[in-house]
Amino acid sequence: MNTRIVAIASNTFREAVRDRVLYNLIGFAVLMAGASILIGEISFDIEKLVVINLGLTVVSLFGVVIAIFIGIGLVSKEIDKRTLYTVLSRPVQRWEFILGKFFGLAGTLAVNAACMAAGVFLSLLYVAHHLERADSSILVALYFIVLQFVMVTALALLFSSFSSPLLSAVFAFALFVIGSFSADLRGFAAMSKGPAHWLTTGAAYIVPNFSALNVISSVAHGEPVAGQLIFVNTAYSLFYAAMVLCGAVLIFERRNLK
Amino acid sequence: MKPSRPVTLAAASLLVVCLVVSAVLVHFVDRLRPRATIEDVLYLKSSQLKWMSLGYSGLMADIYWTRAVQYYGGKHHSDVAPRYELLAPLLDITTDLDPKLVVAYEYGATFLAPKPPTGAGMPDHAVELVEKGIRANPDKWRLYYCLGFLHYMERKDYEAAAQAFLRGSQVPNAHPWLRLLAGKMAQKANDTQTARMMWTATYDTSQDASIQENAAQHLIAIQVAEDVTGLEKVVDVYRTRTGHLPASFRDMAAANLLPGMPLDPLGQPYVLTTEGTVEVRYPEKFKFLEKGAPKGYTPTMDARN
Repeated sequence: MNTRIVAIASNTFREAVRDRVLYNLIGFAVLMAGASILIGEISFDIEKLVVINLGLTVVSLFGVVIAIFIGIGLVSKEIDKRTLYTVLSRPVQRWEFILGKFFGLAGTLAVNAACMAAGVFLSLLYVAHHLERADSSILVALYFIVLQFVMVTALALLFSSFSSPLLSAVFAFALFVIGSFSADLRGFAAMSKGPAHWLTTGAAYIVPNFSALNVISSVAHGEPVAGQLIFVNTAYSLFYAAMVLCGAVLIFERRNLK
Repeated sequence: MKPSRPVTLAAASLLVVCLVVSAVLVHFVDRLRPRATIEDVLYLKSSQLKWMSLGYSGLMADIYWTRAVQYYGGKHHSDVAPRYELLAPLLDITTDLDPKLVVAYEYGATFLAPKPPTGAGMPDHAVELVEKGIRANPDKWRLYYCLGFLHYMERKDYEAAAQAFLRGSQVPNAHPWLRLLAGKMAQKANDTQTARMMWTATYDTSQDASIQENAAQHLIAIQVAEDVTGLEKVVDVYRTRTGHLPASFRDMAAANLLPGMPLDPLGQPYVLTTEGTVEVRYPEKFKFLEKGAPKGYTPTMDARN
C-alpha cells in the first residue's frame, strides 16, 4: 500500500485512540462479566447462549456506533480544524486522504473487535468451563461483524465527504437500519408489481445488505456457517465498500475546499 | 482553571443524594404499579419486536425467555393462588423471536402444563408450544419426548403420547428410551411402572440438575405410593386373619407378614394409623405425594418448591 495512505491511516488510528474510543472496551468488559455471572442466577439454561448473543450483539452495535460517530467527523473535522489544508498542501492526493482515513478507522474498529472477541471467549470459558469445536463459528460471526464495520465506515465517510456531521450521522444510521431489513425489502420488491416493483427492487439492491452479515443467532445455537456464504459475504462487503469509497472520492475530488 | 473544591464536594454529594432519592422513588412506583412493566411488554407483538431488534433477535429472545422464567418464578414463589395468564404469551414471543431456542419450548411446557400451584394448568397451550418447537426443530428428539410426556402426564392421552414417542424415535440420534416408551404406551400406559419408566427416562436424559432433582422426587413419590399400597394390602391380610386391625407394624412382623419395620425412601419408618392406613412420618419432606400423606394434609410452600 502507498506510504502516504499508511501514514494517514496510522494517524487516524492514533487520533481515535487519543479520542478515547477504546474506552468502550471497559464498558464491554463490565457488561460481559456482569452477564456471565448474573445470567445463571436470573435465567434458566441459557448462560452460554446469552454470552454469545449479548457479546456479539454488543461488539456489532458498539462498533457501528463508533464507525458512524467517528466516521462522520473524519473529513469535516479536518476541514473545521483546517488541518486538511496542511495535509493536502503536501504531495497527498485527495483520494489517498479518503482511503487513509478509511483504513485508519476500519483498523481501529478491527482492533476494538479483536479485544471484544477475546472478552467474549473469556466469558464463554467462564460459563461453559470449556470451548467446543462448534464455538469456532463465533469467529465467523465476528468476521462478518468486521465486514459490517468496513461497510458502515465507508458509508459514514461518504456522507462526511459532502454533508454536515449531524446529517451524516442521520443518513448513516438510517442506512444501517434499512440495510438490516434489506432481506425484507427484497421480499417486498418481489411481491410488488409495475413501477413499484422496479423501484423497490432497485432500492433493495442499492442499500447495504447487513441482514446477510448477521449470523449471531445461528452461531449461538452452534450451527456452522457455510463456506460459500463466507466467500460471497466477503466479496459483497469488499465490493460494496469499494463502491461507496469511489463515490466518496468522486465527491471529495470535486469539493471546493476554499 | 482549577476546579473549586467546595463545588466538587457539593456536586458529588448532591449526585449521591439524588441517586438514592430516585432509587427510593422507583421502588415506590413499583409498589404502586407492580404489574405494569410485564404487561406493558405484552402490548408489543413479536413481529414488532423482531423489527425493533434490527436483526439482533437472538438477544431479544434471551431477554424474553429470562422474563418468562422470572414471571413464572415470581408467581410460583410469592402468590398463594398464582395465576399465570401472561406466561403463554411471553413464551410465544420468545419462540417467535428465536424459533431455535429449544430450552424455551422444553422448559416452557413444563411451566405451562402442570396444575396450579406447580404450574399454570394449561396443558393444551403447552402441547401447542412443543408442537411449534417440533415444526421449527424437527431434528430435536427431546421435543418429541417432551410432547409425549405432556400427553401422558398432563392429558392422559396415551395414544397421542405413543405417537409422539414413536415420531421422536425416528429422529437421527434419538435416545433409545423413546422406542421403549412408545411400545410401553401402546401396551399398558396407565400403571405405576410406566410412570416410573417415564421419570427414570427424564432423570437419565436430562443434564440439568434441577430437572434431575424433580424427576428424583417424582420417583420417590412413586416408591411411596407403591410401598403404601403394598403395606395396606398386608394390613388387610392381617385383619382377615385376626379379625382386628394391627396396633403397629410390630404386630404384623410378629405374624410373619413383614420382615421388620418398613422404612420410606428417605429412611424414616412409615406410620400405621388406627384406621389401618399407612402414612409417611414427615410428609413435608416429600414433593408430589399422591399416596401416603396424612388426611387433610396440604403441602406448604416449602414442600411445593
